[in-house]
Order: sequence, then structure tokens, then C-alpha cells
Amino acid sequence: MKDDVTSREERVENLKGMGCSRKRVEDARFTQGKGNYVDDVKLDGMLFGDFVRSPYAHARITSIDTAAALKVPGVLAVLTAADLEPLGLHWMPTLAGDKQMVLADGKVLFQGQEVAFVVAEDRYAAADGIEAVDVVYEELPVLVNPFEALNSDVVLREDLVAEDGSLPDGAHGPRKHHNHIFTWEAGDKAPTEEVIANADIVAEEEMYYHRTHPCPLETCGSVASMDKVNGKLTLWGTFQAPHAIRTIVSLISGLEEHNIRVISPDIGGGFGNKVGAYPGYVCSVVASIVTGKPVKWIEDRMDNLMTTAFARDYWMKGRISATKEGKITGLHCHVTADHGGFDACADPTKFPAGFMNICTGSYDIPTAFLEVDGVYTNKAPGGVSYRCSFRVTEAVYFIERMIEVLAIKLNMDAAELRRINFIRKDQFPYTAALGWEYDSGDYHTAWDKALKTVDYDGLRAEQAQRVEDFKAGKTRKLMGIGLSFFTEIVGAGPVKNCDILGLGMFDSCEIRIHPTGSAIARLGTISQGQGHATTFAQILASEIGLPADSITIEEGDTDTAPYGLGTYGSRSTPVAGAATAMAGRKIRAKAQMIAAYLLEVHDDDVTFDVDRFVVKGAPERFKTMKEIAFAAYNQAIPGLEPGLEAVSYYDPPNMTYPFGAYVCVMDIDVDTGVPEIRRFYALDDCGTRINPMIIEGQVHGGLTEALAVALGQEIAYDDMGNCKTGTLMDFFLPTAWEVPNYETDYTVTPSPHHPIGAKGVGESPHVGGVPCFSNAVQDAFRAFGNTHTNMPHDHWRIWKTANELGLHG
Amino acid sequence: MSKKMHIKLNVNGKDEEFLAEPRELLIYTLRERLNITGPHIGCDTSHCGACTVTINGKSVKSCTMFAAQADGAEITTIEGIGGADELHPLQTAFKEHHGLQCGFCTPGMITRATKLLEENPDPTEEEIRFGMAGNICRCTGYQNIVKSIRAAAAEMNAAKEAAE
Repeated sequence: MKDDVTSREERVENLKGMGCSRKRVEDARFTQGKGNYVDDVKLDGMLFGDFVRSPYAHARITSIDTAAALKVPGVLAVLTAADLEPLGLHWMPTLAGDKQMVLADGKVLFQGQEVAFVVAEDRYAAADGIEAVDVVYEELPVLVNPFEALNSDVVLREDLVAEDGSLPDGAHGPRKHHNHIFTWEAGDKAPTEEVIANADIVAEEEMYYHRTHPCPLETCGSVASMDKVNGKLTLWGTFQAPHAIRTIVSLISGLEEHNIRVISPDIGGGFGNKVGAYPGYVCSVVASIVTGKPVKWIEDRMDNLMTTAFARDYWMKGRISATKEGKITGLHCHVTADHGGFDACADPTKFPAGFMNICTGSYDIPTAFLEVDGVYTNKAPGGVSYRCSFRVTEAVYFIERMIEVLAIKLNMDAAELRRINFIRKDQFPYTAALGWEYDSGDYHTAWDKALKTVDYDGLRAEQAQRVEDFKAGKTRKLMGIGLSFFTEIVGAGPVKNCDILGLGMFDSCEIRIHPTGSAIARLGTISQGQGHATTFAQILASEIGLPADSITIEEGDTDTAPYGLGTYGSRSTPVAGAATAMAGRKIRAKAQMIAAYLLEVHDDDVTFDVDRFVVKGAPERFKTMKEIAFAAYNQAIPGLEPGLEAVSYYDPPNMTYPFGAYVCVMDIDVDTGVPEIRRFYALDDCGTRINPMIIEGQVHGGLTEALAVALGQEIAYDDMGNCKTGTLMDFFLPTAWEVPNYETDYTVTPSPHHPIGAKGVGESPHVGGVPCFSNAVQDAFRAFGNTHTNMPHDHWRIWKTANELGLHG
Repeated sequence: MSKKMHIKLNVNGKDEEFLAEPRELLIYTLRERLNITGPHIGCDTSHCGACTVTINGKSVKSCTMFAAQADGAEITTIEGIGGADELHPLQTAFKEHHGLQCGFCTPGMITRATKLLEENPDPTEEEIRFGMAGNICRCTGYQNIVKSIRAAAAEMNAAKEAAE
């Protein structure tokens, strides 16, 4: 018997477990400038490497003369493809089953492509060296449009054409043309065509989801240090998947994997940019092996925007059919996907168009067909998931635009059209026409809550009045009501269908409880601002009954962390969060046996309660987890090994399907094209909520990135393949001045298959936000005959829409 | 290579003296030469503000200024604001109100905000949004940054009042 004056509520509070807005443990370092990002890594004798890049989008390289560069003071080496070829490193595999030049091998395929790597004592000497490398180019015809590329005699990738001119299959099957990469299909073609042919109503639309870029504030970079004495390579870098990088480095370099240590230090935002493997990483490694010294490579902003990791660039053509009453009967989607010069999309290997087949959205659509054609052009490679699960932003934008277009065709309210087509609560688990099994959802509840909160009917009445006033010349501002209801597919994923280069997409957690009742847990993921050190400790606190403040979370060092596939596609909470809970439960199971031994009862006679095991029916008899931890290290317990540690590798049985309902109210000045966001309401259902403060922060950030993409952010090229948006002068990143305040709300529909019911939230606001902002702009012009205009809706394009609709008098 | 220049700076209260090429940008002087790595490089074109420091009482983006231009100047970086034992109210407020995520913009953001609150101790939301428009954050959507700055202003004003 012990005195225990703490109430149960206080004990729960002391844990700072799941559900509380625990303040972030990361912040002390960051607010004092004590973060440790890759460019902060400084090693003795460290050199700096940087690229000679191609000014042309398509050219043959006649010669590369490095002699003058090698004479520049401070320059130690200049690497070209010829130097890498004997090592087999002049090309590297991409995540999409293609290969990519590390350094230009006879030709260049996009502006900014890596041609030579200059290694020097510091950045300035490297820049001097770059100036002195003499490259002779012979310009070739440039293809920047994928439709033209598919009809052109110009061959972009000679390496993928056989000597007799035939086209060997690509990584994803037969190719139709020398600039064609793959065709990927989902669903049933003939039945879909039949349904659409016989439908009461068919709405068709073509839309271009423009090319953009994740543009985290920190660019990509790496520091490679080859220790020739012990044969170990240490590689620091901006890696969203450090273990995968270790395996890839081992496979392409021939170094044994145990001799490679990959470290992701603090990462200054990722948003998908830091999933892939880039030539800079490879060159820093080779340069370190060649020089025997540590070599750093850091992108500047222009390198970042022009060469690593574009997103989107999908030309989508849709047909949607419905009954006269508005019940959707079929959906057809064709995508022409511009992948640039190499197919370097960061998707699970079997999904060359990612999870684009979630494009039936939140709706009960009985028949559907999707076909995606991947195409090479003279643009940068990439195709990353910019703050979304693989291609889910494109899918959700597509369906949320098609719904609006159908509503116009039906002359129906778009909110009501959504409501009558939602998958009903009783239909879950729901198998969609394109194959996915949605685990859970309650769309009607979320939708009704959202529409009621914003007074949807009132907004529509106000909008109708505004149209009247506009026509009467009383105002020059139109009002748009943007709606979106999204279902994401995140948490890749089940090893049975998701892998990257053969690596199953499970994740992991390893826990060590220390004798005095504190702990360290290591995971296969890596935070880029999501606050893992805070939230994973909360999951564990609730699972093992030790305070979150007594639990250190460590990620990103492959020598210590268990193998995992990293952080992207909102997979950390669904996969590694599940592993954390499962490892915690293993700890708890052993703790139960220890408690029973200490309390001299049978294992089944004790039960877990917040931070302790208590004897059933005798709550005054208990052992706290702290006591149990100590006992694990100081008692010889019959039948039990000493210590208290556990590891879990979690292979999720299914994806998770977060959803949400967003409403945006916007005023648009038709004379300037300037949109003013009056209100933005975001309801998210991410299942069990681990830390509401962090969820809200994720929603604010994701919505702001959605605002950027919808209202102005793009990577644009001219006909010569010159990238016109290579700096922040031209590439739109919103400042505090352009961004509104957001209202956040939630419902909770836990995932039935996830150990704690969590679904992931970091990307939802981006996925749902883009169509919401876009729909608001388009809706403002609906009364004047607008059906669809392409993003980004910058001031000029909005003005142009108003002008084309004859609103300028 | 040009002749090196003799440059003197006072950074976070400490005198520094060195020879540097005229082309050396101040951000590299801080980060590479002086190992002051709080200010970051985000864009190279003075748009993002991750490199913001205070020079002779003004917020300056150190990525687009030569060290030579700062000769004789007094410079404050995030390392000179508050400290582990006594945090600046802005540092506390950013944690309290979740005003940061990846942390990359945070040193520049807080450094700028110290000047904003010096110039305008009780700013409205609009004044904060305008005054911070030179600092880009990709993670937070600014809502909690604005909240943090307002909270810090209130805290500082209350402390000032209590002291008077």
C-alpha cells in the first residue's frame, strides 16, 4: 500500500499523452538559432562542390574542357561523365524505374542539367572554377509540350531506342512512341464508355494542372565524408528517406551497406522535394572518395527551382456522366503526364501515376476508367508529391473540378450535387471503382457541419444579390464561393502493393526504457517540421504510461534508427505512428508480467491504468511504470530476460483515408483581377487527433501552400525550354501580407485498422485547399458563363477571364 | 582575385577583425568565417528573409550585402537575442503559440520581429503582416506567427508597464 495523492486526471495530465496540445520540444533549439541543418555541418578540411549546368534545354555536348578550371586557385578537381563512367556512376537509377544522368553523358535534356562537378576549397573558388569550364554545345530541337513530343521525330532519349529503331518496353510496359514512357490504366474501359454513351447527362472538361515546385525554404544539399582509413562513408543530407538513400548509395556505389552511415539532420521543410536522389548527392560522394576529403554540395535557389523535384504538370481530360437528378453514373479520365527529361517520379514502384486512381474522390461512382500516358519532354525531371500523397492533389483537383462542371451542366447547386453522391457512412469499408478500399468515413456529417457553420444558404443569397448589383453597376466586385470535399489516400503502405525500388514501405520504431523510468525511441521516419519529437512521444506516453517529457524521440541516423522508408505522403503517423504504438504495446506486455511478479499475482490479475498496473479489484495495490522500469533492470524475474526494450516493424493492412470539407469565400475585383479571401473554413477528419495544436499548424501551412499553387505559383518555360521562374522574383511564395486567417474545425472518424485510429493530416489541407481556392475563383464567374479556367489564377489570368467574359464593358 | 580588404565588425557584442575579398557576402562571413549559423540562406535574392540580421539598428538581409559594406557596423543575429537562461519574449511566444515548424525561417523571423516591436511596440495584425512581409515561411501559413508576435508585444508591454 502506498500513499497516492495524485488524482487520475492529474496523472493523465502529467503524461502529456495523445489528445493534448503539448508544446513542441523542438522549438527551444530553433528559436535560438541552434538548429543543425545540412549547410551547418562543418568538417575539417571540407571542400565545396558545385555544378556547371547546361544553359540549353536540349543539346549535344561536343566537348568539355576542364584544363583552365583546374588552374583556378582553390579548385581541386572537376568531374565529368567520363570520370564517373569507369565507376558506373555517370547514370543512376530513378525511383520510377528509369535512369538519369548524374553528369551529362553526351547530351543534355533540360536547362540547368548537371554537366560537370567542380570541387574547390570553398564556394567562391568553386564558382570561379565553374566559369572556367569550357563546354561546347550543339543545340537540338526543343520539345516543351508533351502532345508535340508524342508527335515529334525528335528523339529525346536515344538510350531508350534499340539499334534497329524499335522501342524496348519501359519499366511500366510497352511504349507507343520514342518520347512515350508508359501507359497506366485502372478500372474498366468498355463498361465506362458504355455508361457514358447512354447517360442522360455528360459533362466534359479539359484542364491543365500546371507544373509547380515544393520549394522548401531550405534547398537540397549533402555532405559526404569518406574515411579511407576505416572504409566508412558518412553522408549528411536533406533526405526525407535516409534509409532508402543508404540502400541506394550502397547499390550504386558498391560500398557495403554497413559501411555507409546516412544522417538526415534538421530539415528545413521538405514537401516532397527531398524524397528523391539527386546528382548532387552522388557527386558529393564520388568527390569525397576521389579527394579523400569531406565534400559539401548545397543548391542555390535557382538550382532548386530549375532542377530538383518539380510537381504536377498533368494535362487531364475528363468526362463525367449522371442521371437527370444528378446521380453520377460514370467517370472517365485521361492524363497526359509531362515527366521531363527523365522519369524520376517519386512514386511507389508499381504506381507510375501514383495514386491518381483515387480520382473518383468522395463519391459513390459505380463505373470509372483512368488512363495515364507518361511523356518525356525537355524539362527538368521530378514529379514529386508536393505536400500530398502520390498524385493525390491532381486526382482531387480533377474530381472536384468535374463535380463543379457537372453541377453547371445540371444547373444544380454544387454542394447538393456532392451531397447526393457521397459514399454513405454505412457503405464503409467501400471499394471504389478504381480499386481502393476506403477504410472509413462519414462525409455527410462533415459536409453538413461545414455548410451550416459558414451559413452556406446565406452566402449563396448574398452572392446572387452581388450578381444583381454588379449587373446594375453598383459594384465591380464579384463573389465566389469555393467548395471542396476531399478524400486522401495516405500512409503508403501495405508491403503487398507498395515498394520503392523493391523496398517494402513498412516503418519502424525501437524503444528502450531506461532504469529510472525515462526512454528513448528511434524511428525510421524523419521530421521536416511536423514535430515528430513532440507527437511520437505523446503516442508513447499514452501507450506505456511514462510522461512524454521523459521520452526522447530520435530519427534520421541510419546507424542507430531502425530501417524505415521515411517521411512523405503523410505516412509518418499512419505507418511509423502505428509502429510506435505497437512497440509500446510490447513494452506494456512485458511490464504487465513484471508488475504481476512484483505484486505477487497472476499476469491476468493486473490491469493497465494511465501510468501503472493495478491489481484488479484492489486499486490501492499497484506498480507504476517507473517502478516497473527499475525492476526490469534490478530484479531477477523468473522466466523473463532483464531489460525493457521493444522494436516493431509495422506493415499496415491498408492505407488510411483522411477527408475534409472546405469552404472559401472570395471577392474578386474584375478590373484588377485581385482576389481577396474573405473567409476560409477548413474541416478536417484525420481520425484520432494526437496534438490539436500541431494539426492546426499543419492545416494553416497546407492551406497556404494550396493558396500559392492555386493563385499564382508555377514553373513556366518558354518555347526554347528556358525556365522563366527560377528565382523567388518570379516564383510565387505567399508572404504574411497575402495570406488570410483560417478557421479550422474537425470531426473524428478513427481509422478502424490503425492501432490508435490516426490517419495523417499534414497534406490534407494542400490536397483539399487547391480545388477550394480554384473553385472560388471559377464560381465567381459562373453566373457569367464560365465553366473552367486553368490555374494558377494570378491577377492577370483572373483579369483575362473577366475580360473574355465581357465584364469590362 | 581582388585585393583583400580589412574589415571590422561587432557581432553580438564581440569585436571581429579579418581580411576578406570584396566579394564576400555578409551571410558567408557570419556562417562560414564566424560560425554564426543561426541566419540561413533561403533564396540568394533577398526575398525570403531567412538571413535577416540587425545592422546598426536596421533589419537587413545579409545575403545581399557585402561584408565590406558592413565594415565598422554593429550586427545582431539570433544568437545575440535572448539566451538559454533568459529567452526573449518572442522566443517564448513562438514556442507557446506554435509560430514555427521546420525552424529554418525562425531565426530571421524572430530577428526581424524584434525590430518591428522596437519600431512599433503595439502593432495591429495588419501592421504585423505588413512589417513581416519580407520574411517568408513555408510551413506555418503565418497565422501563428502573427499570434506569437502579438503575444510577445503584449508580454513586453506588460513588463514595461510593471517596471514603470
